[in-house]
Amino acid sequence: MSTGKSSIAKAFRSQTFRRGVLAIIFFIIFWQVGSSLDDWIGIDLFGIGLVPPPGDVLAAFLEVIPLPGYWMSWVSSFQRVITGFLVAMILGIPFGLLLAVNRYFRGVFFPPFEILRPIPPLAWVPASLIFWPTNEMSIAFVTFLGAFFTIVINVLGGARSIDISYLRAAQSMGATQLDLFWKIILPGTLPSIFTGAAVGMGITWEVVLAAEMISGGGTQGGGGLGFFIWNSYMGGSLEQIVVGMLSIGVAGYLSSSAIRKLGYTMMPWRRLF
Amino acid sequence: MATVAKQSQLQSDIDIKTASSAQVNLIGISKAYGEAWMSDQVLKDITIDFPAGELTVIVGPSGCGKSTIVNLMAGFEQPDSGAVHVDQKPIQGPAQDRMVVFQETALMPWQTTLENVTFGPKMRGEKSGQALKDEAVELLKKVGLGEFIHKYPLQLSGGMQRRAELARALINEPRVMIMDEPFRGLDAMSRSLMQEFFLQLFEETRKTNIFVTSEIDEAIFLADNLIVLSNKPTIVQEVIKIELPRPRDYKMLTTEEAFGYRRRAMELLHDEAMKGFAVTK
Repeated sequence: MSTGKSSIAKAFRSQTFRRGVLAIIFFIIFWQVGSSLDDWIGIDLFGIGLVPPPGDVLAAFLEVIPLPGYWMSWVSSFQRVITGFLVAMILGIPFGLLLAVNRYFRGVFFPPFEILRPIPPLAWVPASLIFWPTNEMSIAFVTFLGAFFTIVINVLGGARSIDISYLRAAQSMGATQLDLFWKIILPGTLPSIFTGAAVGMGITWEVVLAAEMISGGGTQGGGGLGFFIWNSYMGGSLEQIVVGMLSIGVAGYLSSSAIRKLGYTMMPWRRLF
Repeated sequence: MATVAKQSQLQSDIDIKTASSAQVNLIGISKAYGEAWMSDQVLKDITIDFPAGELTVIVGPSGCGKSTIVNLMAGFEQPDSGAVHVDQKPIQGPAQDRMVVFQETALMPWQTTLENVTFGPKMRGEKSGQALKDEAVELLKKVGLGEFIHKYPLQLSGGMQRRAELARALINEPRVMIMDEPFRGLDAMSRSLMQEFFLQLFEETRKTNIFVTSEIDEAIFLADNLIVLSNKPTIVQEVIKIELPRPRDYKMLTTEEAFGYRRRAMELLHDEAMKGFAVTK
């Protein structure tokens, strides 16, 4: 990876990249045609006649660009996602590793964990709205839950499936328990940690959006992208709803690319082929 | 004449090198797996001697407990009764005097070849810095990986991985090498090249070597002593002394002598395999 400019130029030379761009262009054309067919020929051929065409959505987008409220929605949602996600990582990775390496810890904590895990994060929303003093805290809590269970289960699975030969080889070479943990188990679990992080990040976005819609956000902009969509719905602006949806798509993409990039940097042995 | 000189040179080398080799004895070892009410007795009161500085190959029908013997000698598992002695002293768990080369590669995928080789000494804090690096590079050159020190294991071929693993074991200066079917999974050509390479390495270092395999030709080609195990309950059926001269080469496998060893080993193994076959029916 060199500078941004040359990597974009390089990307354009790659056939995969050009194909990707072409696919997006085709998608937009399909969308435009599909949503306009009813006007043009009187038949809603693809059944998406009610969807605002891309041109209208673009116009709506240009309208919201100068509004600080729209950008505040981005900031608020990102803040919640990052907070919930980071707390989930900070607690989830050690918790998962402890479950993996300590039989007693696993015996005590795994059963309750497994009972709580199947509860969808959104089912926690009402309870956490009552339990936590502020809306903000309940949203953060639910967001955290979304990522936490996924991260823990990935870390646990990853650490438990480390080839026993690595541990034995290290033991023969005189590894202490601490050496085994830091030099074998942790690097050996890293790929699973990143898998968990990527999946967890996706769930975090799902959860934060839903939580924002339910909790109603409050002040303008402070509601986040979820509330932005909800608000557009209440205001009857279909175009703005789509703007909100696409914003989330882009936000989610940015988040997962960041994780991919970090994984790429931290695991040089995984970028061989 | 030249061969004679070479032989006697080799003999004096052996005398020096055996000092860094240890004798290993399994004494009356029993080992069962599982709960008492449905346990699987793998080894029952088995005694095997592995002379210092010699290459002893263990062959036996599959499932007869070869890997269990490896795990017990390495100290990864404890016997239910009996003991493993290295130079008359009982072992205390895994230690660097007994290095294992595993069935499938056990190189850490997140470390480069060089990092893998320096891992042990560095972890123990015995050696570090440039001196350790130089030693590791030297060893890697010796196993033909001088150009690959910064590659990750997944970038190496199967044969290269095995050689890297040999280097990783040797840098710890073990007195015993334990090889658990180390060449399994290699294609036929790499396998025979590895056998020759390994044999040369052994003949140079003369470290006590315990080599587990299921290939009879491999066993005869490498061994000083060939131990043929029986199926459960596992006992030593016979210890065949392989007296092909060293240094060895592949042509020796086609001699009358080698055929004799082969026939004997086949007879012993065939009967056992038949028994195993009948049991699993």
